[in-house]
Formats: sequence, C-alpha cells, structure tokens
Amino acid sequence: MSITWYLCLSALVFSLGAAGVLTRRNPLVVLLCLELMLNAGNLALVAFSRMWGNGDGQVFAIIVMVVAACEVAIGLGLVVAIFRRRLPVDVDELRELHG
Amino acid sequence: MLRDIFFFLFAIGVLSGAMGVVVLRNPFYAVLSLVVHLLSLALLFLLLQAQFLAAAQVIVYAGAVIVLYVFVVAYVGSSVEPIRASAGPGLRALSVLFATALAVELLIAVVGSTLAGIDGDGEKILFGFGTPSFIGELLLTRFLFPFELATILLLMAAVGAVVLARRRGGIDGAGDVLAPLQFGLRPPPGTGTMKEGVGDINPTAELSRSREQEAPVAAVAPRAETAQLDPQEPSR
Repeated sequence: MSITWYLCLSALVFSLGAAGVLTRRNPLVVLLCLELMLNAGNLALVAFSRMWGNGDGQVFAIIVMVVAACEVAIGLGLVVAIFRRRLPVDVDELRELHG
Repeated sequence: MLRDIFFFLFAIGVLSGAMGVVVLRNPFYAVLSLVVHLLSLALLFLLLQAQFLAAAQVIVYAGAVIVLYVFVVAYVGSSVEPIRASAGPGLRALSVLFATALAVELLIAVVGSTLAGIDGDGEKILFGFGTPSFIGELLLTRFLFPFELATILLLMAAVGAVVLARRRGGIDGAGDVLAPLQFGLRPPPGTGTMKEGVGDINPTAELSRSREQEAPVAAVAPRAETAQLDPQEPSR
C-alpha cells in the first residue's frame, strides 16, 4: 500500500475534525474532535516513519499521545468545573470571560 | 493485495468513526464512535509496522481516555444539543466550507507532492522495527530530553486537573483549610471520603459549626456551599 493513501486518509480525518471543532457547540464534543485532529497527525507521522524506515516518527507520535492525554485531563477538568458552577456547557454561551 | 484490502477496511472504520464523532448529536454516542475510530486507527498502525504504538493507542486512548470521557459525559449529562444554531446557519455553512477547502488543499498537497518516497511502500526496515525495545531505545537515547519534558507535562496536567475538578467549598476557602490538627485520626472534612459519600454527612456544615464554636465572633456563614455540594441537575 503506497504511503500516499495513508496521507490522504490523514488529511480527510484532519478536515473532519476541523469541521467538528468549528460546528459543534458542546465542549466535550469539541474535545473529541480535537482528538480526531491529533490522531490524524499521528497517522501521518507513523506513515512518514514507515516511509523513512526509522523510528523517529513513532516517537513523535508517542509524544503527541502524551500531549493529547494532558489536554484531555485539563479539558475535562474544565468541563467539570463549568458544570459545577452552574454555567451552561456550551461554547457559544461561554464566549465572555466574566464569571 | 491482502494489505490493500485490510487498509481499505480499516480506513472505512477510521472515516466512519470520525464522521460519527462530528455528526452524532448525543455526546455519548460520539464517544462510542470515537472508540471505533481509535481501534481502526490502531489496526492501521499495525499495517504500518508500528506495533508498540498500536498497543499504546488501544491501551491509552481506547482504554483510559475513553473511560475518562464516558465518566464526564455521564456526570455532565449527555444532553442532546439543540438543533438551533445560536451563531446562525450562515456561520455553520461557512465552517463546513472552510473544512472542505482544508481537505481539498491537503489532498492537493499530498497527491501533487513530488516526494518520491511517498509513492512506494516505504524503505526496507530492519527486523524488530516498531517493537517496544526499539521505541524504548530511541526514547532513552536520542529522544531523552523530549521524554523528560513529557513527564513534566504529565505531572503538570495531573496537578491542573486535580485543581480544576476539585470540590470547592466556596470562594472564601472553607474547604481549603489544611490545619495540621485535621490530619489526625480522621481525614479533613470535605475531601470526598467514602463515608461522606455514603452517609449524609455534610462536611462543610460540620466544619463551619466547629469554626463557630471556636470563634463565634468571626463566624461567617459559608455561602451556598451546601447547594454546590448537591449533585443536582443545574438550574439553567
């Protein structure tokens, strides 16, 4: 299978994730779509790693996974904090910074 | 040939999972759709000879992260999003247009690229490519510094998540008292012990009562703490 196919798939998933981030309003789903974008980047990194035949891309992908896990922890903590403060869980309602 | 068939099968899984995450209106179903996406992606990693990464993907993402998501969706309530777009349908159409343009641009960049390497199956690889020992050796030799930075990042994220999601006893810090006396035989109140969860013990009320007895002059009733502790539906 040519590496081009993997890169095309990665591009499609990345754009789908971008569409989700732009259109969805629930912060949970926005986080899910961010995961999609990060995973698309991971797929491209692993495909390039296979193309070059060395493992650097796979190490990059692992670091991306670590960053994604941190982002999930902080993002879900924010969602829980928003919910505890009786604020609407909706990114369109939360566009103002005042408490 | 077999690899091609497997690639298309898993690619369909990846794309349909991603589509489900974006399209499904119930967040719980979106999370389940993400599981499909992640598992198919792990299988694609296997096709690309990244065994360790595939295993890490299944364990870290499809295991831990998804469990976290499911818990938060269950806590916040998987409310179906209203259809009305507060930003208006024009903005939504614009964002879909933007995403389509992004996809077209990326596909043009990939397909029209003159890189010779991406047309083939990739370079010849050594035996043991992508195994845990291979990745571990790279992480501890060439990529030692990013590895250490990642540990610091994980520590910061853990601390940040605890600080963000912790149970607050009000702004005035009634739940934040860390007097050394309270670390005696029983845990400090308001720390979410099993006893508090099962019995109807209201830790902050007890705490404020004990404070009133200590200093009756400076006793200020904690505001709206009990209301915040009740896991009720939010009044919107």
